[in-house]
Amino acid sequence: MKADPKGVLTGTHFMDGDHACCEGALAAGCRFAAGYPITPSTEVVERFAARVPKVGGAFIQMEDELAASITLQGGVWAGAKAFTVTSGPGFSLMMEHIGYAAMTETPCVFVDVQRGGPSTGLPTLPAQADMMQAKWGSHGDYEIIALCPNSPQECFDLTIKAFNLAEEYRVPVMFMMDEVVGHMTEKVVIPPADQIEVTPRKHTHKSVADYLPYGTNGDMVPEMAHAGDGYNFHVTGLTHDERGYPNMTLPVQDRMVRRLQNKILSAVDRITMTEEEQIEGADVVVVSYGITSRVAQRAIGLARDRGLRVGKLRLITAWPFPEKKIREIAKKIKAFVVPELNLGQMVREVERSAGGQAKTFAVSHAGGGVHNPEDILKVIVEASR
Amino acid sequence: MTDSLNNDLLNTDSCSGDSCGDSCLDDVVNPVEQFLRSDRVPHIWCPGCGIGTTVNSFARALIESKIELGSLALVSGIGCTGRVAGYVKLDSFHTTHGRAIPFATGLKLANPKLNVVVYSGDGDLSAIGGNHLIHAARRNIDLKVICVNNLIYAMTGGQTAPTTPDHSTTSTNPYGVFEPSFNLPHLVEAAGAVYVARWTTYHVKQLSRSIAEAFSKKGFSFIEVISPCPTLYQRRNKMGDGLDAMKFYKEKSKVKHGCPTSEVGMTMTGEIIVGKFVDRERPDYQTMMRAQYQESLGDSFVDQSSVQVQEEPVCS
Repeated sequence: MKADPKGVLTGTHFMDGDHACCEGALAAGCRFAAGYPITPSTEVVERFAARVPKVGGAFIQMEDELAASITLQGGVWAGAKAFTVTSGPGFSLMMEHIGYAAMTETPCVFVDVQRGGPSTGLPTLPAQADMMQAKWGSHGDYEIIALCPNSPQECFDLTIKAFNLAEEYRVPVMFMMDEVVGHMTEKVVIPPADQIEVTPRKHTHKSVADYLPYGTNGDMVPEMAHAGDGYNFHVTGLTHDERGYPNMTLPVQDRMVRRLQNKILSAVDRITMTEEEQIEGADVVVVSYGITSRVAQRAIGLARDRGLRVGKLRLITAWPFPEKKIREIAKKIKAFVVPELNLGQMVREVERSAGGQAKTFAVSHAGGGVHNPEDILKVIVEASR
Repeated sequence: MTDSLNNDLLNTDSCSGDSCGDSCLDDVVNPVEQFLRSDRVPHIWCPGCGIGTTVNSFARALIESKIELGSLALVSGIGCTGRVAGYVKLDSFHTTHGRAIPFATGLKLANPKLNVVVYSGDGDLSAIGGNHLIHAARRNIDLKVICVNNLIYAMTGGQTAPTTPDHSTTSTNPYGVFEPSFNLPHLVEAAGAVYVARWTTYHVKQLSRSIAEAFSKKGFSFIEVISPCPTLYQRRNKMGDGLDAMKFYKEKSKVKHGCPTSEVGMTMTGEIIVGKFVDRERPDYQTMMRAQYQESLGDSFVDQSSVQVQEEPVCS
């Protein structure tokens, strides 16, 4: 389906990542947001608050992140596409409702413009230290999808993708920006609405009598109904059967939890997005994401100038993790180098996936700035030996 | 008193059963059954619990108010009362602990045509959800909040709630509660609710009428229902069973419509002031929002009719 032109600000803009993210949401058909102010993410909802009354929709500033992260889900069940936007401390508060969205299969987007932590940390400075929290932050077994833009243009493009994936898989999608990507201003091209693909809601066409809110047709993603459609359906965060009724028996728990995982894990190849460069014949592959991928690009260039054979793998989707891809590459190279703005998060996934076939070198950084490319270069040189 | 109460709760038509025998009962239709998910019976509530009684009054209010059921959504939080969402045959949402009000806010804002009821307990709404309660009242979101107040955290085994009266004994205050309790009508009135009433589960008709009346109001309505928990509150406090609770409510309740909410705080054994305390007009959140956008944006304001997502075309 093509985007509704009302929300699409077609043209070439000079725009920061936060604003581009907002425009991506509007282009994707998002017409409802609930937020709570937090640096460095607030500009996203500030723009949404200014834009949405002109395209038809609503924004509400809630009393805290707990409220914002569940209000948006009420909006989804009333028929809207919806998102919320936050940063580290707010992201921590939203964890329970990421679990609720996963459990109730509420399609929605959580934007986290990452800053330095732990706790209040570095409100105005970047980090990439919420990557594991994005995957594991809520209790219980579940899967989410996480995307990592590295430019304002991608903040626009991938926000649309985030909404589309949320609808396709009925899953909360984590949009993992960082302070630098959020605040840097670059050229952003917004295409005409008829060139933007948006995924419609998987709304049921079944009769009231035939509709099972959590019944599936083999693809593991149930069809949805909205409040007011006449289906009189029930939604609960308790373990539930196909009717949506609470059922706390072992077989129902097993079936439900495995489906919540498998609907994502069985589609890893379709969901995964990466950017690859000169992996064939490389001795070392630098794996990076978000703003760090742009710093790494410089280090890769310097290494190639020295005659080293260095490939690049940029993770556009961080979760589900492209385990198979890493495993395949590991067989052909000496080592992975993984720079990230944390003390070692995604590097563990790389190391695990490599399964000892290639060495893995972290280039850690506590956050608050970006790497010096020389620091990444040093590790590439070491890894090439 | 109990006979007439039972008649009111259980039945239905005037058929007495005596004159026409069992066969006659086959034709008796319980008027509230249409609102319930009969396939989920038996429910989880204890004998003597008042929550089912409140659901009966709620269902009768739906009949009385002639509200369109298709546009009615019910949202609960967590706890014994939180289970109401699972038993009503409506679009119903059993959300997270304390967050029924913000979830309901999202429903209402994204689809203003919905009538949204929040049905939850005192701990859920006033402790973990207390911040949302006061802010929804302040904003005057058009929600009907039914707060079943059993004076305790019941689902988890009888711990102290913000509403537990001074001197009662609970599992977390085994030597007696010493912290002051919340006067919920006073709290929500101060925060901005347009309609505030309190009844007990003895006042089934009055409760029903209040709920129906709240449906006719636009804005944040709050109805507190004092309800027995024989298993965890009364037993521990030697206050008898469900029937004793009814006697207690009958004896101690005093109807005082319009009573200043500052005077309706509860004690363990004292008077229970019931009635309609607040009924006033204030523009609700969405009315104010629309007016503000219209004033500031003029013709560039687009009303949120387009807020619903576009759906896939219906297959033939």
